[in-house]
Amino acid sequence: MGGSVIIKASNLVKWFGEGEARTVAVKQVSFEVQYGEILYIVGPSGSGKTTLLSMISGILRPNEGSVVVEDQDIWKMNDDELADLRLNKIGFVFQDYHLFPRLTTVENVAIPLILKKMEWNAAMKLARDYLDIVGLKDRADLQPVKLSGGEQQRVAIARAIAGQPDILIFDEPTASLDGDTGRKIVEFVKTNILNEKRAIIIVTHDSRIYEYADRIMKMEDGKIVGYESGYENSQQHEK
Amino acid sequence: MKPVSGIYRVALKLLMNDKSKFTALLVGITFAVFLMVMMMSMFSGILARSCAPVYNIGAKIWVMDPAVNNTNSSIPMPDYILSASRSIPGVKYAVPLYFGSALIKLKDGTYQAATVVGLDDATLFGRPEMLEGRIEDVFAENAFVVVKDAEYAKLESPKIGTEFEINDNRGTVVGIAKVASSGLFGIPTLYTTYNRAITYIPSARFTTSYVLIEPKSEADVPGIQKAIAKLGYEALTRDQFVKKVANFYTFKTGVGMNIMLMTAISFVVGLSISGQTFYTFILENIGKFGAMKAIGAKGNELISMILVQAVVTSLIGYGFGVGAASTFMIIAKWRVPGYAAQLTYQTLGLALVMVMIIAAVSSYIGVRKVLQIQPFDIFRG
Ligand SMILES: Nc1ncnc2c1ncn2[C@@H]1O[C@H](COP(=O)(O)OP(=O)(O)O)[C@@H](O)[C@H]1O
Ligand SMILES: [Mg+2]
Repeated sequence: MGGSVIIKASNLVKWFGEGEARTVAVKQVSFEVQYGEILYIVGPSGSGKTTLLSMISGILRPNEGSVVVEDQDIWKMNDDELADLRLNKIGFVFQDYHLFPRLTTVENVAIPLILKKMEWNAAMKLARDYLDIVGLKDRADLQPVKLSGGEQQRVAIARAIAGQPDILIFDEPTASLDGDTGRKIVEFVKTNILNEKRAIIIVTHDSRIYEYADRIMKMEDGKIVGYESGYENSQQHEK
Repeated sequence: MKPVSGIYRVALKLLMNDKSKFTALLVGITFAVFLMVMMMSMFSGILARSCAPVYNIGAKIWVMDPAVNNTNSSIPMPDYILSASRSIPGVKYAVPLYFGSALIKLKDGTYQAATVVGLDDATLFGRPEMLEGRIEDVFAENAFVVVKDAEYAKLESPKIGTEFEINDNRGTVVGIAKVASSGLFGIPTLYTTYNRAITYIPSARFTTSYVLIEPKSEADVPGIQKAIAKLGYEALTRDQFVKKVANFYTFKTGVGMNIMLMTAISFVVGLSISGQTFYTFILENIGKFGAMKAIGAKGNELISMILVQAVVTSLIGYGFGVGAASTFMIIAKWRVPGYAAQLTYQTLGLALVMVMIIAAVSSYIGVRKVLQIQPFDIFRG
């Protein structure tokens, strides 16, 4: 059973500010993510979803609690070890993509490879392959600004998967996309990227894509308020 | 290429593909380097000119009145200094040198000032290299040797045999000489014998401008200097004399201070233009650096990216600046005979140091900013 858990978060607490101004964004949250699953985190704006994602991915240090990723207690690591964890185990698709406007699409995708010290030409070649996977091979030498929103999203996905991470994290991936594009992207990720050695976590409040979730974790006011299976939810949604 | 070079390549692309910022940075640094190099070259040119006689005469030790601060304002010394010098232990030989100025009356009746160097009659120590004629001819009646430098034309380009009037005496050109460096003051130079110089050119009671000493060995130099000091005079090695003259121009005249001020201003202007531009560049890309950090770039990798951006830009600007300054000087030398700027290794080195300071300061600001970013802030959008 323990072997099927890729992320184990225990009693996570995070607050911002001090004294009167203190807001507790995440309150005593514990949960697990299994290998091979797509977990959604849903909840109203300000309920602590991004804060929680940041703590389980080695970006934001919790005030209390622990995060174990593939048997490593990540908040006992130093900054460089955390950077290596993010580089090697985790792929991010940021809400507003954060592509480099001065680099070409293929160079953007190659960033994790270059950070992994892969030789330049080899990195470019591999990055092209990943662009091909997301169906953007012919856009490789354009700058990201020349691409549509959905295409930029796919570039961000190609960059996130290029480093071969075990955990893919999407923060509101479809927020700025129309319904069809959003569904296509999540469907694509589920069929082409997800496998038994990986897990995908998606933060969203887009119910149109709920049908692709294995589990949906609901948050409110910094706490988990329940789970639903994605399939059930989408049935309700369609009624 | 080493594998690590990838992030540097990314760093350079980030900067260079931002054409307007990159151009602004280059222009700022190029401009600053150009001005700094020009200022310093002009200054070293002036210094080299001001020390020209010291190099041209070539003596190892110069004895002079302590109040002398540049070659052309020599203060005559009594004759006993020469004989006293000759009896100092460690002195191989000592000769007098006359250094003064005279008025030459040209054929058209106008007057031209000239520097007259009077060489010791017995040895002709400090003799120039001859282009035409023989130096020994300087012993002939009324004989003078004319130096063919940038100022030669001011004497109406005389030839061997040309006659002229010098301070109401007759003079005849018996030879044309060349010297290693020409003087600062833009007046022609004539060589003659010491005795003719002091008889043709009216002077005060004392006549010896300098006593030139050849020591038996380097080790004798300090002893000689002490002995001369006891007489109330000063014995300087060639380098010390050059330094004294340089210090005079640098600190006691407006020339040095003004040029140093201009150099400092160019430095500050360059620093602020490029520091400011680089800082704006970092600020505009702060989100991208944050994303890099979130993806897994380590602190020292981001630092080295910024350093590479700053150093490479500075070196390119340095190259352009030095190139522009050299081109300017080459054209100026070609158009203006006697143009006094010279580009020395010290100037190049000093400008490089200043450019590296500009790069260091600019990147320090950028590095601090980038290390402060929290990837979480990027994550939240
Ligand atoms: N850096 C911060 N400083 C202060 N408050 C913050 C910061 N980050 C998040 N918060 C607060 O924490 C709470 C949860 O934020 P967040 O995790 O971004 O929510 P969500 O992603 O669910 O919209 C909000 O009240 C937010 O204002
Ligand atoms: Mg959020």
